Amino acid sequence: MNKQLRNDVSLPTHFMSDEQQALADQAGKFFMSEFHHMNAEMDDTDDLPPSVFPTLGKMGYLGLNVPPEFGGAGLDFTSACIITEELSRSSAAIGLTHVAHDNLCVNNIYRNANDDLRRKYLPGLCDGTLIGALGLTEPGAGSDALGSMRTTAKKDGDDYILNGAKIYITNGPIADLVLVYAKTSPEMGAKGISAFIVETETPGFKVAQKLNKMGFRGSPTGELVFEDCRVPAKNMVGKLDGGVAVTMSGLDLERAIVCFNALGIAQRALDISIDYAKTRQQFGKPIASFQMVQAMLADMYTRIEAARSLSLKTVAMCEGLEEGEGGRGEIHKLTAAAIFKAAEVTSFVLDKAVQIHGGSGYMRDTEVNRLYRTGRVLEVGAGTQEVRKLIIAGELLGD
Amino acid sequence: MTSQNESALADLAAIRANYSLTDEQRQIVDHVDRVSREVLHPLQARMDEEEWWPDDLFKQMGELGLLGITAPEEFGGSGQNEFTQALVSEVISKWNPAVGLSHGAHDNLCLNNLLRNGSEEQVKKYVPGLCAGDLVGALGLTEPGAGSDALGSMATTARRDGDDYIINGSKIYITNGPIADVVLLYAKTDKSKGAKGISAFIIETDNPGFKVAQKLDKMGFRGSPTGELLFEDCRVPASAMLGAENSGVSVVMSGLDLERAMVASVCVGMADRALELGLEYAKIREQFGKPIASFQMMQSKLAEIYTEVETARAFSYRALAACVGLPKGAGGRGEIHKLTAAACLYAGEAFNKAVTEACHIHGGSGYMQDTEINRLFRANKLLEIGAGTSEVRKIIIAEELLRA
Repeated sequence: MNKQLRNDVSLPTHFMSDEQQALADQAGKFFMSEFHHMNAEMDDTDDLPPSVFPTLGKMGYLGLNVPPEFGGAGLDFTSACIITEELSRSSAAIGLTHVAHDNLCVNNIYRNANDDLRRKYLPGLCDGTLIGALGLTEPGAGSDALGSMRTTAKKDGDDYILNGAKIYITNGPIADLVLVYAKTSPEMGAKGISAFIVETETPGFKVAQKLNKMGFRGSPTGELVFEDCRVPAKNMVGKLDGGVAVTMSGLDLERAIVCFNALGIAQRALDISIDYAKTRQQFGKPIASFQMVQAMLADMYTRIEAARSLSLKTVAMCEGLEEGEGGRGEIHKLTAAAIFKAAEVTSFVLDKAVQIHGGSGYMRDTEVNRLYRTGRVLEVGAGTQEVRKLIIAGELLGD
Repeated sequence: MTSQNESALADLAAIRANYSLTDEQRQIVDHVDRVSREVLHPLQARMDEEEWWPDDLFKQMGELGLLGITAPEEFGGSGQNEFTQALVSEVISKWNPAVGLSHGAHDNLCLNNLLRNGSEEQVKKYVPGLCAGDLVGALGLTEPGAGSDALGSMATTARRDGDDYIINGSKIYITNGPIADVVLLYAKTDKSKGAKGISAFIIETDNPGFKVAQKLDKMGFRGSPTGELLFEDCRVPASAMLGAENSGVSVVMSGLDLERAMVASVCVGMADRALELGLEYAKIREQFGKPIASFQMMQSKLAEIYTEVETARAFSYRALAACVGLPKGAGGRGEIHKLTAAACLYAGEAFNKAVTEACHIHGGSGYMQDTEINRLFRANKLLEIGAGTSEVRKIIIAEELLRA
């Protein structure tokens, strides 16, 4: 892929380093042999094979940004993003499930929780015995996630009592614990939100339904219901009513890392399109010999590399972001722009990939069709394209 | 703080630094930004209106340190790499696209090519004058019948005659052609060998066989003089040959990779200015009792322009970083060939989108020829055509993708 082209490493290369490339190669090889063959059945059954989390845990691919003292891999954020791309390239659905667990839930807990909570939950989350999820979106709270949030947490002695519903929650149906946002001071609006770790065995927690998605099948998505769900006060992550900082800073990192879910999917679509164009013959020649197909391949490559350039720069700028930082300023704008571009590019690339595959690309059981069905949601989840543009414009105009 | 934490923080800082400009590059960008804003920006209106190139502008750029960015300091240059040269291009183009274009043709296409491929005597003879701005440089590749098929269809010939070569043919769309003192010229020395029979020459334009057939009338980048050049039994000494005989193709192709990376930067600079102008106008212009920036449809355009600028910039920096230290004669194939073509393809399209939307934000005023946004709008298209059309760029990329 992107081998470093020059030798002078004392200057900024704007490329991955040799070590990062080696990490990508190693992870990519392992994921391809371990997970790629699962895709067809996952798409059919919409179930995650039970071996996936233990395998990821055993090989050190969980808790990527969590220090070893809590059982994690202790990697920098860029490395986590590189691994995310490789995982998504081999299996888009496992890539999604992994990022929900590892970034949205685990990394958020590591960044924002106190040491007691870290010690209690992180080792299990890092060895694959516990599966994590994050609950923010609600049936009535999508783009306006904070303002319209209706889930509440009411103090009762040493506990909080949660009521409400969360929807489109990746890993929701299989999670052992969910990092949930709820309003502790509803009268304060977005500034009255707190975050809690909820164990899914807690009475009052229920998976209302497993949802039937178009793509990313095999990564279980659900609606979660909290009915007088009693959670100890010590399970609060961060400060009382401090949830907005946790969310917004977490969302910046989420947008940055999800760029690499998108890139993995787009790169895979390009790779299989090149293979197909070389082998598929029409008019007595491989279709790759026709300029119109060549133009599609060239556009796909160009846009992937463009998005990759911005994404790599963006995650580099996220390195060392302090807890509670983000959610505003340059990094807020940059992460929103990077995911906007990566999602737009992925949709473009997937569309052309199916076009190159002709009729076969329209068949559900082909790899390119599975990839095609993932594309749409990358422009919706982690903030819609419209929310991303609102963020960018807000920062540009100095709101 | 423990030393372990300190070393971890240093590692993170190194990751950030790997995707940032160096302190030296930042200083150069700041300097060029200031002088371009103060000296070059005010020239825009008259240059556009009259197709006027100020007589002493190259001399002035030499004094401001804008010429010979990649030339060694002993010759009066700045001793920087091609990446930094592109940053200079980006900033000049932001404040005055026409000057940016002329600067690029002089400093990269002519001067840097001469540095990379010239003999010691040739470098000593021309580079100091080019760095000082006493000499103006140009490059002659495209011909009336040789555009995308520049090498195959090239009809200009150089015939050996004793110790000299005699050149016949014409070159078209040559930036700086009408004002150049030195033209780096490609011509066929062995027609039977096709693209492999091309050589490069340094032509002094006071040669009696050299003529500017016409100065061309462009839609945009006006002020940067573009011309058609004629060679009629133009006799040059054999010592005017750049590189070995019939080795012009590697000079061209390796130079074109650098040129494309450089063109990407020109696009980034102009797109950046389009964003600034669009933002300024949207904040000030009021309709329905509010600044138009308060409307989501305008916000959407601004956000997309910003995203295009930042994407094109990140991509072009990556391509440029890959060009640094590219060995003489390398390029024209492989990863660097694909990457520079793609960065250039992307940046051309990104500028097109950015300037179209920024012009749209300006409403009726953006359609008026004498506004800065309209001048910028008329600069559109050229960089999807020059330095290889978008189609040629895609052919390059597809060839490399399918070779693997």
